[in-house]
Amino acid sequence: MINHHLTPELMMAYSAGTLPEAFALVVATHVSMCDGCRAEIDSFDAVGGCMVEDARAAALSVDSLEATMRLIAQGPATTKQMPRLSSGTLPSPLQDYVGGDLDAIKWRSIGMGVKQAILPTSSDATARLLYIPAGSAVPDHGHRGTELTLVLQGAFSDDEDRFARGDVEVANEDLQHTPVADIGMDCICLAATDAPLKFNAFIPRLAQRFLRI
Amino acid sequence: MLTSVNTMERPIAPSEFRAHSAVYREATSQTGKPNVSSTTKDWTAHIIAIRDKQDQVAFADLFAHFAPRVKGFLMKSGADASLAEECTQEVMATLWRKAHMFDPARASVATWIFTIARNKKIDALRKMRRPEPEDLPWGPEAEPDQADAIGLRQETEQLADAIKQLPDKQRKLIEQAYFGDLSHSEIAEITGLPLGTIKSRIRLALDRLRHAMN
Repeated sequence: MINHHLTPELMMAYSAGTLPEAFALVVATHVSMCDGCRAEIDSFDAVGGCMVEDARAAALSVDSLEATMRLIAQGPATTKQMPRLSSGTLPSPLQDYVGGDLDAIKWRSIGMGVKQAILPTSSDATARLLYIPAGSAVPDHGHRGTELTLVLQGAFSDDEDRFARGDVEVANEDLQHTPVADIGMDCICLAATDAPLKFNAFIPRLAQRFLRI
Repeated sequence: MLTSVNTMERPIAPSEFRAHSAVYREATSQTGKPNVSSTTKDWTAHIIAIRDKQDQVAFADLFAHFAPRVKGFLMKSGADASLAEECTQEVMATLWRKAHMFDPARASVATWIFTIARNKKIDALRKMRRPEPEDLPWGPEAEPDQADAIGLRQETEQLADAIKQLPDKQRKLIEQAYFGDLSHSEIAEITGLPLGTIKSRIRLALDRLRHAMN
């Protein structure tokens, strides 16, 4: 049961295609687990359909249709692709970036048992997988921009609430939090930020430069 | 190098191109503010004809209506005329190739074309990958529920009318959000869109299909 969903602004921006890639990855991964948000994004796509329908028509080049028919003739035949379905812990959009499921993640330790793996996305925001051992805390931190955290395994709690698999926390500059993983299971999250995190202790701030967190 | 279109069932005769040029002129002469009472045409049968019969006449018809709009959409999103032309041709070719993926219970044809054009925009203009959600387990081949398809079509029309009747300022904001020059916080101002019914319709179709799978 997913209790924490995407905001309408995020879903609209995903539909419009204006989100940084790292945020779009969080949205696509959440939607893979949440029919409600999938339906809502489809409905934002319908707004996009209205925008195309109402768009000011631009004059095409004279041979536009013929050129398109040539493209069709040259291109691959209609391909029936198998649906992308994940049988593992990570939904397919995330597996595309990791190159496999959990065992394919290349973790790097960032101290106190916490590990991370930065995923290759466009540079306007950063996407990382975070591994928080059961019962451990991620150092107290605030945010300059927006941070999205999506739980993939286990659960964590912070000053705001408890977040389990499929839940997404949307944190902005006002939120100062210390996420703590549940006792029962190591917690794995996908986190995306459009600005570096702000840690409150001096040491982590220094470490930030080296660890890119 | 150009290959001939002999993979098609039947090449388009030049007379058929001319027959469609009237539709083309009608589409290109359209200007800015749309007519509130206009009922949008349902293009689903065209997609089915392309999917099942590689129907080039249906494609030319669809092309005449949508290609100029897709090009206009891409130019407004920041593409220059020649890039927009190139992308539009690729979008329309993708429509042909992916006709079997179209699901009328989840999207109108205009909506579906928007998603193809949007993905092209991300690829060609923003030069980044587009993470897509996992596919639904029943895949694109499942026969969509007729009632869902009709209901979705009606609700999409209501949405289109509702958007047209919005105050100018709010409609402009929505356009800016979709044409990509609006910040995240500005988008927060415009989420009071009338999306409730269409969302529950899509949700219903998803629930029904998921139920049928179990």
